[in-house]
Amino acid sequence: MRIPFEGAIDCDVHVSVPSVSAIVPYLDEYWLERVRVQQLERLDLSLTSYPPTAPLSGRPDWRPQQGPPGCNLALLQQEALDKFGLRYAILNCLWGSQALFAEDMSAAFCRAVNDWIATEWLDKDTRLRASIMVPMQNADLAVAEIERRAGDSRFVQVLVLAGLDTLLGRRVNWPVLRAAEAHGLPIAIHAGSAYRHPPSAGGWPSYLLEDYVSNTQLFAAQLGSLVSEGAFSKFPELTVVLAESGVTWLPAFAWKFNKTWRGVRTEVPWVTKPPFDVIRDHVKLTLQPADAPADPQALRDVIEQIGSDEMLLFSSDFPHWQFDGEDVLPNGLGDEQLRKILIDNPLATYSRLKEAVA
Amino acid sequence: MSTLLEPLPPLPKTRLSVVDCDIHPTLTSEAEFLPYLPARWREHMQTYRRHVRQGLHGTLTHPRMQVNRIDAVPTKGGPPGSDVNFMRTHHLDQNGVEWGLLQALQPSGSAERNLEFGAALCSANNDWQIAEWIDKEPRLRGAIQVTQEDPQAAVREIERRASDRRFVQVSLSPRAQEPLGRSRYWPIYEACERNNLPLGLHVPGFGSGYASTPGGWPTFYLEEHQTFAYVIMGVFTSMVLEGVFERYPKLKLVLVEGGFAWVPALCWRLDKHWERMRSEVPHLKRPPSEYIRENIWYTTQPMEEPERPEDLTKLIDWIGWDRLLFSTDYPHWDFDDPKTVFNVRMTPEHRRMIFSENAKSVYRLP
Repeated sequence: MRIPFEGAIDCDVHVSVPSVSAIVPYLDEYWLERVRVQQLERLDLSLTSYPPTAPLSGRPDWRPQQGPPGCNLALLQQEALDKFGLRYAILNCLWGSQALFAEDMSAAFCRAVNDWIATEWLDKDTRLRASIMVPMQNADLAVAEIERRAGDSRFVQVLVLAGLDTLLGRRVNWPVLRAAEAHGLPIAIHAGSAYRHPPSAGGWPSYLLEDYVSNTQLFAAQLGSLVSEGAFSKFPELTVVLAESGVTWLPAFAWKFNKTWRGVRTEVPWVTKPPFDVIRDHVKLTLQPADAPADPQALRDVIEQIGSDEMLLFSSDFPHWQFDGEDVLPNGLGDEQLRKILIDNPLATYSRLKEAVA
Repeated sequence: MSTLLEPLPPLPKTRLSVVDCDIHPTLTSEAEFLPYLPARWREHMQTYRRHVRQGLHGTLTHPRMQVNRIDAVPTKGGPPGSDVNFMRTHHLDQNGVEWGLLQALQPSGSAERNLEFGAALCSANNDWQIAEWIDKEPRLRGAIQVTQEDPQAAVREIERRASDRRFVQVSLSPRAQEPLGRSRYWPIYEACERNNLPLGLHVPGFGSGYASTPGGWPTFYLEEHQTFAYVIMGVFTSMVLEGVFERYPKLKLVLVEGGFAWVPALCWRLDKHWERMRSEVPHLKRPPSEYIRENIWYTTQPMEEPERPEDLTKLIDWIGWDRLLFSTDYPHWDFDDPKTVFNVRMTPEHRRMIFSENAKSVYRLP
């Protein structure tokens, strides 16, 4: 269905870095030299998880005439901001800087991408907000980037890929969680992987479709890690947003997590209540793609099973191809739920949306 | 304190007939197994041990928080699940088990890096199942253990055993070197289909060497235990999308101990994104969920426990009451008791289907 009123907050919109050349103006002298010596401008740093040409990566009518889907501001304004009557849209950039092994190069590129977003997008439309891209290859470097950009309240969260070197709850990553909490920034875990590990414990699948479907296992593993390691006990104000996760997988995962925890909870004494309850307190999910069948009752059942209508955040996933026409909302949502999902929940999740922009 | 260890009073024989699709027979000791190996491999096993893809060759790198039911220790001693006579009275008789399907996970040949040794372990395991269990207890049925990493050896083992109806399925590791849908494993599926033997995939403790989650290795057993379902979901996705059921439409796949509550959501997800990217998998003629509805079954243990019990009924309504096969996982700690495991009202017909009729049909048991 269409959005029934103006003022929705879109919590997952994608912008694409068209090429390395686009971020060159934002690199420091050392990295300019590295770009020249290594001829880095010739590299294609689009992620294996989202080849720009794949159906998933760009709806046919949302593709610009030139460059990858999501590289054109006018198209974003016309097809999403205006058409959906958005009050805000949060930009998530998925790019190869998150997949490189060299930590310093990754950090330099993340810095440049964030500055490029601020200049090329946020400065040009006041409805735009963005996530801070961080180099998760090294927690110290990731923290440094959070600290560097946190003063700009148009950056409303930290963005990481779902598939990283290590599970996010691992203590080696706690400095990042601590910095995010300290600055009131949720951490968005977005579908996609740096492919440090195969998409399945059973090995490397053949198809992009298979990888994409298997993203739910990554999200489940990240929640398993964050809860089991006690991240939410250690950082009680931390919020985690699962972006483009699919939603309907959550209850089955959480039921099993609860059951196993009851049996073996002496292993994790810091988890003092059922994992599903911890998840309800700290985790949000963006709406698209809601992997629900056409029958609206199925999604209603899942939301009842999730047991909270405060966990879902509206998203169009523009320009990814999750729906056709203007039916940006899945069927099955009630009026009161819609108001929460479209406006109230995003405002409660992103405290920075309520701040005056400095 | 010790109440669990006191002998149980005899129970009235339950009227419900039960086919238990997941029972684990255990070795008393390695010495019990050695005679089933040829001398060459006996010596190899004692000298080089098993060569596997994890840091410990003799146990799991996430030691189990709990292993077995405390009350499953045989009266004559030895590990739980190692004494057929004790299992007979303690489990089969007590719980009205008409047929018990063995999943002889150890010693596993399918996780062995030395493929020839792996095939020898599988063959010895199959002989051991017959001699130590099925010959002694006619209600038990075996699974032909094969190593998926040497498909030719696996096919030979299947052909050698298929005429012995005491084996009712083929078993291999879902944590393989490649996702199990890939064509290198298809000769095994062809042999299963040809011999009308279902393929039963039981979650293993280890195997491929790949991280147990796609985000890397977890720290805790609590997390590792969740990954059993991920492994099964990965295999499920792979076998459907690679077109295994298009090629082998009569192949029956039974997913053992991987849960089933995830099935509806994964089917919706598969169908939805297949619609968008079907040009990548043109060999699929139908939506993924249609193959799943026809070719795949699930064992019930560890039973899913939705917060609202009635959601279990909704789940099974969607998956199909003909798809679930009851299992206990005896003698492991997370055993499901047939008398109490279902927390919802079921019609007598649905009870019969899940507790025995579905399994009798899938495994062609009388």
